[in-house]
Amino acid sequence: MKKFEYVIKEPVGIHARPASLLVKEASKFKSNIIIFRDEENANVKRLMSLMALGIKCSETVKFEVEGEDEEIAAEQMEKFCQLNL
Amino acid sequence: MEKYEGKAVFGGIAIGKIKVFQKEEIVVKRKHIEDVEFEKQRFEDAKSEAMKQLSELYLKAVKDVGKAGADIFEVHQMMLDDLDYLEYIYQLIENQNVNVEYAVAMAGDNFSSIFSMMDDEYMKARAVDVKDISERLIHILSNGKGMSKLEEPSIILAEDLTPSETVQMDKEKILAFVTVKGSANSHTAILARMMNIPALIGINIKIDDLLSGKKAIVNGNTGTFYIEPDDETLSENMKQQEIEAEKKRLLETLKGKESITKAGRKVKLYANIGSISDLGSVLKNDAEGIGLFRSEFLYLGRNSLPTEEEQFEVYKRVVETMAGKKVIIRTMDIGADKQADYLNLEEEENPALGYRAIRICLDRPSLFKVQLRAILRASVYGNIGIMYPMVISEEEVDQIIEIVEEVKKELLDADIHIGEVEQGIMIETPAAVMISDKLAKKMDFFSIGTNDLTQYTLAIDRQNPKLDKIYKPHHDAILRMIQMVVDNAHREGCWVGICGELGADTSLTEKFVEMGVDELSVAPALVLTVRDVIRNLI
Repeated sequence: MKKFEYVIKEPVGIHARPASLLVKEASKFKSNIIIFRDEENANVKRLMSLMALGIKCSETVKFEVEGEDEEIAAEQMEKFCQLNL
Repeated sequence: MEKYEGKAVFGGIAIGKIKVFQKEEIVVKRKHIEDVEFEKQRFEDAKSEAMKQLSELYLKAVKDVGKAGADIFEVHQMMLDDLDYLEYIYQLIENQNVNVEYAVAMAGDNFSSIFSMMDDEYMKARAVDVKDISERLIHILSNGKGMSKLEEPSIILAEDLTPSETVQMDKEKILAFVTVKGSANSHTAILARMMNIPALIGINIKIDDLLSGKKAIVNGNTGTFYIEPDDETLSENMKQQEIEAEKKRLLETLKGKESITKAGRKVKLYANIGSISDLGSVLKNDAEGIGLFRSEFLYLGRNSLPTEEEQFEVYKRVVETMAGKKVIIRTMDIGADKQADYLNLEEEENPALGYRAIRICLDRPSLFKVQLRAILRASVYGNIGIMYPMVISEEEVDQIIEIVEEVKKELLDADIHIGEVEQGIMIETPAAVMISDKLAKKMDFFSIGTNDLTQYTLAIDRQNPKLDKIYKPHHDAILRMIQMVVDNAHREGCWVGICGELGADTSLTEKFVEMGVDELSVAPALVLTVRDVIRNLI
């Protein structure tokens, strides 16, 4: 399993648009990708659960990536976050 | 005449006939079904039809209101494909043998209530989106017909409007939106802003078809909705509407024009921004550059310092968006009065006169260097100026220059490209004014921060409302200081701007031009107003 942390910089937080971009990106990989904000978590491939977390700007989230392509998936997801969130 | 007060989410005045918009009520009944596979197939068919409609709506919305307003239909498509949503529906059909319409309606209720219970206003408003996709599916399943066409330009009056409903309306024929529900974040509000038409929410009226066709006024400046207005109200609003239209028309014609006086003196007219989201407004109002980019937002509301990479991405995006136009980035202007706990700033009696801005940066050069590296790296993508706040002495400027040179060398040694950058200081302390002749020798430009300069010069705390009466930014002391700065700067080939609130004060524009001020940086929404004044100067 690969893990990384990220601080959200997108001023509006993970709203509809950023969330849908994130889901699209996560869906490219076979691995199971979970996002944690404190105790709460959501499957990053599921838009409604992700939006329902209501993650705001400057909050720290953790990603856990597990599966056959976890190396590349974690790397790409982190890159994606830096560019888009 | 009936009069209702609500909340305006976009200003302006519309006068016309009301068109009541009521949802076609489709009653969904729970039915027991035997053929689960058949029911699932019905769902799949309805879903692909809904997908098709949504991509058509997306294209229509792009054409009508632009990409930003159309994005929501892409989000709808993704919601419709969301595994949580689909599993919920499938499980109801499979485990409880219910008809698909019922399952879809339940899914809509369930997910929209999750959103409406969230404590974030924006997310609350998303409940409507989930409802919207369920309603679309139910509509398709029951072969419902689309909404009726608008016969004439109308004021749309509704309980609430979903994005699909609003986008299907003929934009040319919508004069205003008035809704009972809705929020400042609702799509109606966003759409109104994009279409530039007045919109009111929270109008407490009983929606009745009989209201259709009645004459009404929507005043988005006061938040008032009049039905069958009397003559006096009508003529008053018409007059106001005319003045606004004329003003808007005039300002629109100024886009793409130079900010130049009749005598041919050009003034650089830039905009102030406090976050990335202001960029749209900068472009829309045709600012000639960014005269003050407050970089503080990168530091506030978080638990750790922003990294070089994070800052670089933001600066790069701004300069790329401005496509070669000047972008002046002010380095971190934070003191004990701003929330940034990770900086461990001690509480002070008087933060305005305290450990802040460049004082922190020079005391903690490692922190300063991160920002400078990010700015310098972004400089290859456009035209950057760096501006240092709260400077009071030559020594500080020397230290700044030394650190900047160090950072440049480090970057060059690492084979990282940097562009040409101008450097300047904010003139906001009386000390900086008095030694501006010396400072000008070391810098490329000055930008006068009139808010702080007034506070420090008149010794008036801006936070104390009791002193509002004597807080006079037009004070002769301030105006003389500006003149002194301009004269000293020009003698050394340094240009001077004003980025405080005074810069947008059109009663002083003429005076500033006479004084020789080279640049004015104002709120994006005021750019065209100031340009208008400049172009009318002799």
